[in-house]
Amino acid sequence: MRSTIVRVVGVAAGAAVMLAPFLWTVVTSITPDGSLAGGPTLIVEDPTLAAYRELLDALPMWRIAFNSFWIAAASTLFQLVTGSMAAYGFARLAFRGKGLVFGLYLATLMVPMQVLVVPLFIEMKTLNLQDTYLSLLAPSIASAFGVFLLRQAVESVPRELDEAATIDGAGHLRVFTTIVLPLIRPTLATVAVFAFMGSWNSFLWPLVVIRSPELMTLPLGLSTLQGQFTTDWAVVMAGSVFSVLPIAVVYLLAQRHIIAGIAHTGIK
Amino acid sequence: MRKRKRHTAGWALFFLAPSAVPLLLFTAVPMVSSLWVSLHRWNLISPMEWVGLDNYTHLLSDPGTRDVFLHTLAYCAGYLPLVFAGGLGLALLLNQRMPGRAFFRAAYFLPVVTSWVVVALVWKWLLNPTSGLVNSLLGALGAPQPGWWTDPAWALPAVILASAWKDLGFVMVIMLAGLQAIPQDVVEAARTDGADAWQRFWRVTLPLLSPSTFFVVVISLINGFQVFDQVYVMTGGGPSGASQVVVGQIYDLTFRYGRAGEASALSWILFAVILVITALQVRGQRRWVHHA
Repeated sequence: MRSTIVRVVGVAAGAAVMLAPFLWTVVTSITPDGSLAGGPTLIVEDPTLAAYRELLDALPMWRIAFNSFWIAAASTLFQLVTGSMAAYGFARLAFRGKGLVFGLYLATLMVPMQVLVVPLFIEMKTLNLQDTYLSLLAPSIASAFGVFLLRQAVESVPRELDEAATIDGAGHLRVFTTIVLPLIRPTLATVAVFAFMGSWNSFLWPLVVIRSPELMTLPLGLSTLQGQFTTDWAVVMAGSVFSVLPIAVVYLLAQRHIIAGIAHTGIK
Repeated sequence: MRKRKRHTAGWALFFLAPSAVPLLLFTAVPMVSSLWVSLHRWNLISPMEWVGLDNYTHLLSDPGTRDVFLHTLAYCAGYLPLVFAGGLGLALLLNQRMPGRAFFRAAYFLPVVTSWVVVALVWKWLLNPTSGLVNSLLGALGAPQPGWWTDPAWALPAVILASAWKDLGFVMVIMLAGLQAIPQDVVEAARTDGADAWQRFWRVTLPLLSPSTFFVVVISLINGFQVFDQVYVMTGGGPSGASQVVVGQIYDLTFRYGRAGEASALSWILFAVILVITALQVRGQRRWVHHA
C-alpha cells in the first residue's frame, strides 16, 4: 500500500513536469505586455487576449491551421490508399522482379529527408511547383514505411479466405476491398497515425519549399514569429497554444488508438 | 497459362503504380540527382561545375565537418540515456495497477503529438536566461542559473533537455508494450526461486525487454543523427556555431552559403554514417537481444 502511494506521488510529480510547460505557455500568452520581464507569476493580474489579436494580425493563422489539417489529412489518405494497394500487390500477386521491386521500396525507406531536400527543392523549382500546395504534399503521397508495415499485415491474413472468395468469382479488386482491407484495420490505423503526425509535424520540407504566408503550415508559420533580435514571447506562446489546441483535442479523442498504434510497431 | 501471367502483370501494375510512381519521382529521382549534384560545385543559380570527389575530400578534411558531427554525437550521447532511462522508468511505474493510470499515460504522451517547433519554442521560453521559468526556479533555490541557449556551453544541453522531454512518452509507450508482452509465469517462476525485485528486474525483465530496447535504440539513434528542427528553432546552431548539427550544416550550406554540391555530399556522408551505425547495431543484436 505504501509503495503504491510512493509510486503515485512519483508518477504525479513526473506528470506535473510534463504538463507544466503547457500550462506556462497558456499563462504567458495571456500575460499583458511588459509584465513578462518581471519573471514568472502563475496568477495573471489582468489577463488579456492582446497577444492573440497581434498573432492574427501578424499571420493568417486560421488559414495556416486549415493548411496543416488538410495537408495532413490528404497525405494520410494518400498513404493509406497507395500503401495498402502496394501491400496487396507484394503479398498476393506473383510477378516477375517482385523481390527486386520490393528491395527498391525498402531502399527508399532508408534515405533520410535531408538527402532529398536539396534535389527535391530543385525538382520543384524546375517543375515550377515551388511554393505550391502540391510541392508540400508531393513527398508524402506514398511511404515505403507504410507499405512495409501493411505488407506484413496482409501476409498475416489467411490465404484460404481469398481463395474461397476467388472460387466464388471475386476478382483481385473485390478480394482486396472486401476481405483484406477490413482485416488489416489495426495496421491501417497505425499507418494513419504515423502519416498524420509526420505531416503535421513536418518542418524541414515546408521550410525549404514554402515562402507565402498563406501556404504555410503551423510549424513553419510559428517559426517565423521569432524575431531576429527580439521576440515577443506572449505572441509566440499564443501561436503555440493556437497550434497545440487542435491536435490536443484530436489526441484526447483518439488517445487510445494513437497509443495502441505506436505500441503496435514496437513489438514487431 | 501465358494469358494468365500477362493478366497478373496487369494487376501488379494496377496495385503498385500508385505508390511506385510517387516514390520514383519524389524519392528515387532526387536520390540519384543528389549524388550527381554532390560531384559539382553549384550555388543553385549559375551552371554546375564538375569537381569530381572534391566536395567529399574537402568535407572530410574540414574541421567544421568534424565539429558538426561531434555536436550531433554529443546530442545523441546526452539524449539517448535520458530518454531511455526516463521512458523505461515510467513504463515500469505505469505497468502496475494504480489510480489515474490512464490519465498519467495520456499526460506523458501529450508532448509526443506536439510538433517539434512548438516544443522548441516553448522550451526556448522556459529556458530564457533572464525571465524563463526554469532559471527563476533555480534562482529561488539558490542554484546557479545557466545562460542556456545564449551560452555556447549550455546551448546543446538546452536542446537535449527539450528533446528528451518531448520523446519520453514515445519511449514509455514502446517499453510499456514490451513489458506487457513479457509472460507473467517467467517472472513468477523467478519469484518462486527466491529472486528479489532487483534481481527479477536485471535478470528477467530487462533481458526479456531487449527487443523493445533494441527498437528504441535503433530508432533514437537514426532520429538523433537527423536532429534539426529543435536546433534550428532554439539556437539556430549558435551561439557562434556551438550547437550546429549535421543537418543544420546541410541546410546552411545550401540556402545560406549557396554551396549545394557540398551540402549534397555532406548529406551522403551523413547517410553513410547512419547506415553503418544501424548495420552495426543489427549485427550486434545477436549478442544481447533475446527473442522470446
